[in-house]
Amino acid sequence: MATASHGVSSPLVACEIGLENLTQFPEGRRVWTCIQCGTCAGTCPYGEMMQYPPRRVIGMLSAGELDKVFNSDSLLNCVACYACTAKCPRGIDLTGILLPLVKEQVLMHLSQVPPELQKALENTLRHGNPMGESPRKRTAWVKTAGVPVRILPEDPRPVDVLWFVECYSAYHPRGQDNARATAKILNALGIDFAILGNEEKCAGECSRLSGEPGLFNSLMEYNMLVFEKYKFSRIVTSCPHAYDAFHYRYGVLGFKYDLLHIVPFLAKYVDRLKPMLKRKTDCKVTYHDSCCLGRHNHLYDEPRRLLQALPGVKLVEMVHNRMNTICCGGGGGGMWLDTYYKAKGNERLSERRVKEAVATGADVLAVACPYEISRFEDALKVLGYEKKMVVRDIVELYADAMEV
Amino acid sequence: MKIVVLLKMVPDVVEELEIGADGKSLNTEYLRMITNEPDNHALEEALLLKEKHSGTVTVVALDAPEVDDALFTALAKGADQAFKITDGDGMLGTCAGAYRLVQTLFTIPGLLPADLILTGAQAIDDLDGLTAPLISHMLRLPELGIVTRVDVNTANATAKVVREFPGGVRGEYEVKLPAVLGIQAAEKPPRYVPVAKVRAAMKSQVIQSVPAPQGDGGFRSSPVVEMTKPKVAGHAQMLEGPAEKIADQFCEILATHGLL
Amino acid sequence: MAQEIWVLAEQWKGQISDITYELLALGDELATALGVNLQAVLLGKQVKQLAQSLGKASSVLCMEHDALEAPVPEVFAQALAPVVRARNPQLVLIPLTNVTLELGSLLAAKLDAPYVNSCKNARLVDGKLRTRSVVYGGKLEVLVNPPQPLAILGILPGARPAEQGRGEKAPAVEEVRVDSLEIPAIRLHGYIEPEAGDIDISKQDVLVSVGRGLQNKDNLALAEELAAALGGAVCGSRPVIDQGWLPLSRQVGKSGVVVKPKLYLAAGISGAPEHVEGMKNSDLIFAINTDPQAPIFNVAHYGATADVMDLLPALTEAARNRKEAKSHA
Repeated sequence: MATASHGVSSPLVACEIGLENLTQFPEGRRVWTCIQCGTCAGTCPYGEMMQYPPRRVIGMLSAGELDKVFNSDSLLNCVACYACTAKCPRGIDLTGILLPLVKEQVLMHLSQVPPELQKALENTLRHGNPMGESPRKRTAWVKTAGVPVRILPEDPRPVDVLWFVECYSAYHPRGQDNARATAKILNALGIDFAILGNEEKCAGECSRLSGEPGLFNSLMEYNMLVFEKYKFSRIVTSCPHAYDAFHYRYGVLGFKYDLLHIVPFLAKYVDRLKPMLKRKTDCKVTYHDSCCLGRHNHLYDEPRRLLQALPGVKLVEMVHNRMNTICCGGGGGGMWLDTYYKAKGNERLSERRVKEAVATGADVLAVACPYEISRFEDALKVLGYEKKMVVRDIVELYADAMEV
Repeated sequence: MKIVVLLKMVPDVVEELEIGADGKSLNTEYLRMITNEPDNHALEEALLLKEKHSGTVTVVALDAPEVDDALFTALAKGADQAFKITDGDGMLGTCAGAYRLVQTLFTIPGLLPADLILTGAQAIDDLDGLTAPLISHMLRLPELGIVTRVDVNTANATAKVVREFPGGVRGEYEVKLPAVLGIQAAEKPPRYVPVAKVRAAMKSQVIQSVPAPQGDGGFRSSPVVEMTKPKVAGHAQMLEGPAEKIADQFCEILATHGLL
Repeated sequence: MAQEIWVLAEQWKGQISDITYELLALGDELATALGVNLQAVLLGKQVKQLAQSLGKASSVLCMEHDALEAPVPEVFAQALAPVVRARNPQLVLIPLTNVTLELGSLLAAKLDAPYVNSCKNARLVDGKLRTRSVVYGGKLEVLVNPPQPLAILGILPGARPAEQGRGEKAPAVEEVRVDSLEIPAIRLHGYIEPEAGDIDISKQDVLVSVGRGLQNKDNLALAEELAAALGGAVCGSRPVIDQGWLPLSRQVGKSGVVVKPKLYLAAGISGAPEHVEGMKNSDLIFAINTDPQAPIFNVAHYGATADVMDLLPALTEAARNRKEAKSHA
């Protein structure tokens, strides 16, 4: 199957492109090169559920009938997994550029936005996180980190690494496990790092992919101002969505910082980490390629290198891996649309994926994206597999093995 | 149809509420204000009525932190005009606030008489009164609160209004318009409005500032002596441990109560 | 000024609500402390016989009129205001429920008197009246000194046990003529009862109640399984009903049903005052909430800060095992 030239969107004037002025931008003009092959619909995990898969959206756009799409809830089925974008023979950035613009109109036309999604978006606008927790509690996890974590607003001296923790790692109990593990590893490596603390707000990528470019822009403007207050050499983030936001979108406001997701960042240090791995992990591990890190950014080898460096790990692959990975269903607003999907009879993607994971016979399902932990743990419970398999972030596996 | 919606900003309880140094009011350092939730429902109900019967929706609010966001959001959702009452003192009680609202409503040309004045049935900071009945008293209009449904008959200027009672019972009333209604819940949850639309409203629409009238209506308020955290009368005995252990303890407790 | 404290009896659909007795208990305490009379006030159509149970008061003012049959707060305020003005009590206690919500504000406005809302208690401190009101959704409380003469207090349910307000003797009843009332612009057509055919949760011994912490409708099955295992039924807090997970008849709280089961298990419910009002007198309250600060733990007897998704199935299994063990024993 022919793949797109790089399946990766170029930094673009995120604020200015719109459905009315697509042709003014190269990425917009590319939309018109669609050959209606239907690969997008065929590869979409919810393709059968969508009345308007990307191919038809472009068709309606050409026919001037896009308002039919706006008045349908079809695009609520899109979990922004980049499958269509990765396979599109024309290299059209469906997930990153076209669909969010259409979804924005859908949100305006829906007689009622599914309540959970509405709440998540309203919370993100108001409190800088989809959970609706107070920004002043964003650093609550630091008290239990077990190692010192410098908070820049309290100690604004220059620092090497700005670690952008992100919402799930800061607020969600399982995410906080991840945050603590990360802090311990960075500390063990002797990395000079700090976090933005309560000044950090969601990077906004999932809001954008849900159809809220306006919300994204407001978060981007805010975060850029916060970055400019401090001096740091590079940014490392725990969230692949935040990585995407900074790498592909924030450039429009001048984002030029050295940037890595925590997994490729740690992969660089794997030789320094190996001697610190005291405990044998000793189990079969299967790695789930996340949509952002994997399919969108082609970071397939770094996580595997890290996993294989763990003593006693036997890495097995699921049937769908690397570029063909199956989304956990959390992107594009999917994190907040489970009830909506269930009512429509959509199979939960996380359940589909977990069945594949269990079929490998692995003991551990390793992940690198914060949404996946709770989604896969929930799926294991629903399917009754919680005694067969556990879900662990790569960072958690390392902290365990390092006994920090 | 001419509808006026009265919005109020109230403390956002997502933040820890702290008591100020004087021991009788809120510490405002980290305080955030949010639209009174039932007022959001009042706005939604007004917009639904406007969609059904056409007409105008005018939103009026007293100046308070974050009120501009609330008013621009109302405009972005479909309100026609927004007024902010300025130059008054800070956090007013409900009575003084209602008085200021009513006096200002009279000064806005073409606003009164309106067919319906909608506001939330109650608010979390209503200590010395509720807005809807106070407004109705001052305007000498009929009032009904805890409303969850409004069906207007424009032909004979009446509305069928549903009020919530205990036990899931609802009362169906007929109300002659013009009237004041205290909305508990709109027929649909308050609509979502994308941030881009609110930002567009901030660029293309205006919130009209109206100066606060003098005087406080002579409402007698009761002096606040102290503001405190609630005394916790008791606390649950917490069961710890993994789910299975808690479940066993739970069953023991039920057994001793003869429930298992 | 008359040496009297008045309690407005809440009469709805021809019955005196429990909150009336709670207010009479409170009123009696205040009247005794001030050395004044306690007067009950009863409004309605053909309600005089209801005055019998208001014997905690020394007497009852009974105001009957056709227009007072239906609960229209502003009509009640219109009838009551001149009588208050004429008789001049020093304090009027009004129950705060969905029947009477606006009445205190309306009456106070008509009488140019101060009104204090959301009172959970009132007492004399150094000879002066002081009230304790709940504000900001129960997060804080405010102590207020209502100036007198004539303050009007809106009293929340639960200020005193209803039993303390029931009188043994029948009180003296004075019929007060209601001056002509304006033709009301508000008329009650009728009531819409909740859907019949569903169970009456107020009659259940065991209730498994769910709140927003359950996160989505699918998890309701977990609650239903536990309810079945314990021989009870599922109910919920207001947000859950608003979202359509359960019908209105299953709503517990101020706007729903007041329940007093032998076991009330609150799963994923924070414990907002409006909900607590509907279940606080349950014999045994067990609360599950991941937030250790959730107010529900202040009213529950036992609690656990576990994830409902983990604990509910565990409870179900443990309960089933126990029942099986018992039946084999």
